[in-house]
Amino acid sequence: MINFDFIDRSETIATAAYVCWHCEDPTCAQVCPADAIKKGEDGVVMSALKPRCIGCSNCVLACPFGIPKIFPEQELMMKCDMCYDRTSIGKRPMCATVCPSQALAYVRKEDIASRREKPSNVFHFGNQTITTQVYIMTPPGTDSVTLDITEHIWEKPHA
Amino acid sequence: MPENCNKASSDTEPLWRDEFSISRAHERYVSRRQLAKFLTLGSLGMFAGNAWILVRSWFRKPQSYQAAVVAKAGEIPVGGVKLFQYPRQGEQCIMVRTSEESYVAYSQKCTHLSCAVFYAREKNRLECPCHQGYFSITDGSVLQGPPTRPLPRVVLERRGDELIAIKMEPEA
Repeated sequence: MINFDFIDRSETIATAAYVCWHCEDPTCAQVCPADAIKKGEDGVVMSALKPRCIGCSNCVLACPFGIPKIFPEQELMMKCDMCYDRTSIGKRPMCATVCPSQALAYVRKEDIASRREKPSNVFHFGNQTITTQVYIMTPPGTDSVTLDITEHIWEKPHA
Repeated sequence: MPENCNKASSDTEPLWRDEFSISRAHERYVSRRQLAKFLTLGSLGMFAGNAWILVRSWFRKPQSYQAAVVAKAGEIPVGGVKLFQYPRQGEQCIMVRTSEESYVAYSQKCTHLSCAVFYAREKNRLECPCHQGYFSITDGSVLQGPPTRPLPRVVLERRGDELIAIKMEPEA
């Protein structure tokens, strides 16, 4: 499954990656009424199990990162599973393989420890704190990322 | 216990989350106590079910049948059949005049999968078209095919020139 969307196809070739962050306590699985989203022993949060998923899109609405995608014609949710077919046999996930600037990279922790920016995996969405298994590089001195989505989407009432 | 199973059984998690865990390893894990509990409760349930059936069979009343006029004698020719409903509406039965003075009647419901049996005149037996289950015309016993129980027989009695159904045998 390709987890990329074009932002504005007519104006730019820029894409937005919907790479799953593989939360320690995945919100998508927490809200799943059909018990279809599972986390493997290796911490990878898998796509919905086909026989269980009922296509209710609870996970789509609940995920703070906006990762799960619903396919209504299949009544199935699919999401990034870290290219499980590749990573389970030691290959890198496809997105990290093709990214020319290595903005998406699949590397060992010690390999990036020497860099100035530091990896962090704690996100604050309002009152919800999420620890993920995928890291984001943050400026030195920051140990967590706070995102207030409502602040961005809030429209000021017209005066 | 697998390593990442301890988290789900913490105090903050509801009890159902323990059964339907997000972690795949924890979902598949069956503890010795769970299995013992399942076996104990399962066999207790089986025992209770059997006891209930036994107690019910003690208090079961024999079914009462009402006599019903089926046909007039001589209404159908020798080798002819008449369908009627006995003991209740919708329970189809078949009556066959096997000779000048003898009539037999059976439930038409095959004891295998409830298809309607018919009278095969040239073979002189009742046949089920669905799976070739054949029944004897004399006592309803199985001649061949998948049915294991004989057809329930309708006991007929002759009063004057009327044939009257008295009861079913064996009782349904």
